[in-house]
Amino acid sequence: MAKSNIVAMTGNEAMAEAMRQINPDVVAAYPITPATEIVQIFAGFVADGLVDTEFVPVESEHSAMSACIGSSAAGGRTITSTSSQGLALMAEMLYIAGGLRLPIVLADVNRTLSGPLNIHCDHSDTMMVKDSGWIQIFSENAQEAYDNMVQAVRIAETARVPVIITTDGFIISHGMERIEILDDSEVKGFVGEYKPEHYLLNFDKPVTLGALDLPDYYFEHKRQQIEAMKESKPIIIDVGKKFGKISGRTYGFFEEYKMDDAELAIIAMGSTAGTAKVVVGNLRDKGLKAGLLKLRVFRPFPKDEIADALKDLKAVGVLDRSDSMNGEEGPLCLEVKSAIFDKGAKTIVLNYVYGLGGREIKLDDIESIYNDLFDAVKGKPKDRVTYMGVRE
Amino acid sequence: MKDLIEIRWHGRGGQGAKTAALLFADAALSSGKYVQAFPEYGPERMGAPVTSFNRLSSKPILRHSGVANPDVVIVLDPTLMETVDVMEGMNDDGIVVINTTKTPNEIRKEFSIMAGIKIFTVDASTISKEAINKDIPNTPMLGALIKATGILDFKAMLEETRIKLESKFKSRPEIVEGNIKAIERAYNEVKS
Repeated sequence: MAKSNIVAMTGNEAMAEAMRQINPDVVAAYPITPATEIVQIFAGFVADGLVDTEFVPVESEHSAMSACIGSSAAGGRTITSTSSQGLALMAEMLYIAGGLRLPIVLADVNRTLSGPLNIHCDHSDTMMVKDSGWIQIFSENAQEAYDNMVQAVRIAETARVPVIITTDGFIISHGMERIEILDDSEVKGFVGEYKPEHYLLNFDKPVTLGALDLPDYYFEHKRQQIEAMKESKPIIIDVGKKFGKISGRTYGFFEEYKMDDAELAIIAMGSTAGTAKVVVGNLRDKGLKAGLLKLRVFRPFPKDEIADALKDLKAVGVLDRSDSMNGEEGPLCLEVKSAIFDKGAKTIVLNYVYGLGGREIKLDDIESIYNDLFDAVKGKPKDRVTYMGVRE
Repeated sequence: MKDLIEIRWHGRGGQGAKTAALLFADAALSSGKYVQAFPEYGPERMGAPVTSFNRLSSKPILRHSGVANPDVVIVLDPTLMETVDVMEGMNDDGIVVINTTKTPNEIRKEFSIMAGIKIFTVDASTISKEAINKDIPNTPMLGALIKATGILDFKAMLEETRIKLESKFKSRPEIVEGNIKAIERAYNEVKS
């Protein structure tokens, strides 16, 4: 019977489905809201014999990442999933996975960090580990969550840099949408067979991983890691193009939505970018030259490319769904400002910290940002950072 | 009909408001439309007021904000109307479908619902009890929703729901048959 490739899936179901088609050697994971379903569904695939994966249920996220590091170092294609406190508990091991250049893939469902205790969406968890040596890719919707997971395996293994794919907690993880999935054989062909160059179980070419690395060599190794992150950029672009050939959906560092003649734009990551597209459409209907830059790849940071995309704009609003607790701008805005500064551009940049702990962001909220930008261009002074929808 | 239709389901934890939204999404998908289904985010408790949502369109749905101004509201438990403003934010020419033994006119008077809003009622709890021996009114309300709005083809929806239920209740065909009967009955018995 011919199976339709158009399905209704939640973000979590879509990520688990991608994992089934990837059929990794090892999945080691510990459940946490709102990412629980990903491993729960995948454990079902293992129990039903639909995958060949060795599933390792562990007692904590620290152990989950430790097991993933062991498995990846041994030469196995390895995937895990977590969220929020789970990612925080993994943090120590994330740096080790990055430093050892192990191509692990992690599905992170964005949820805020306690305290106060809260299980809802923001990007604090992902931002907390932005410097851990993992590529970070954000998904707008369930379709992108699926597409990004499939691409992540190939990006990680080619760049030999681990990859985090994120979705927005509950909004995407628990929201069901129409998505298009690839055939099993297409995904199998796309990810190919994993052939690591160095691995612990290669007895013909023995290696040591994770040895003591003192001031005489540590810096050289970190320098190589930095270079690997830089060199992952053309790999991400190449994989995004090749994915486009099998799916019709090509991916880059970011999506430029109605940016060609835009005078003002906002920059956003994750599900809010979709909502912003509706606002841009409404403003365009009124004849206003509004655009959107949806950032997909936050690590490595596509600095020159962003500066180039923004160079003709009069004003930019940067949406941060987390705060850097420096008393000033959020993490995304700081990096966008540095990109613009290095090019000597005079673009007005306003920062909007929004949606912390799952605070709703509506069409009106986003429209008010564009209104601010129009005002700013006319010379009206605006706050450097605005906290959207906060009672003060 | 509008290009984007937004639906809000009101129920109590355990009544299947989330499942109804998911079943609706599956049925809508098979009709070639774009659809979203999502629950009220957060922990659910048995008996507590809960909401779930659908969006339906012939074009890709980009927005991921909550549904603030629904075109259609479905109420799985009429006692909710005493404590929750189920009409909140509703569009002036909206449609409300309520699981109750009362008539639309009685409901309109009791809750002073304005004239522009179309009210439909059906005794989905009795239908559910007679069909599956349990008061889980979500599936019959699907039938009532389709009759009240005409937004999906009824036969196609019934077939898609049957497929979904069959995969969920593999070893219990009586549950599948009971639910299908309940949907058909509610479709035929809904009052306007």
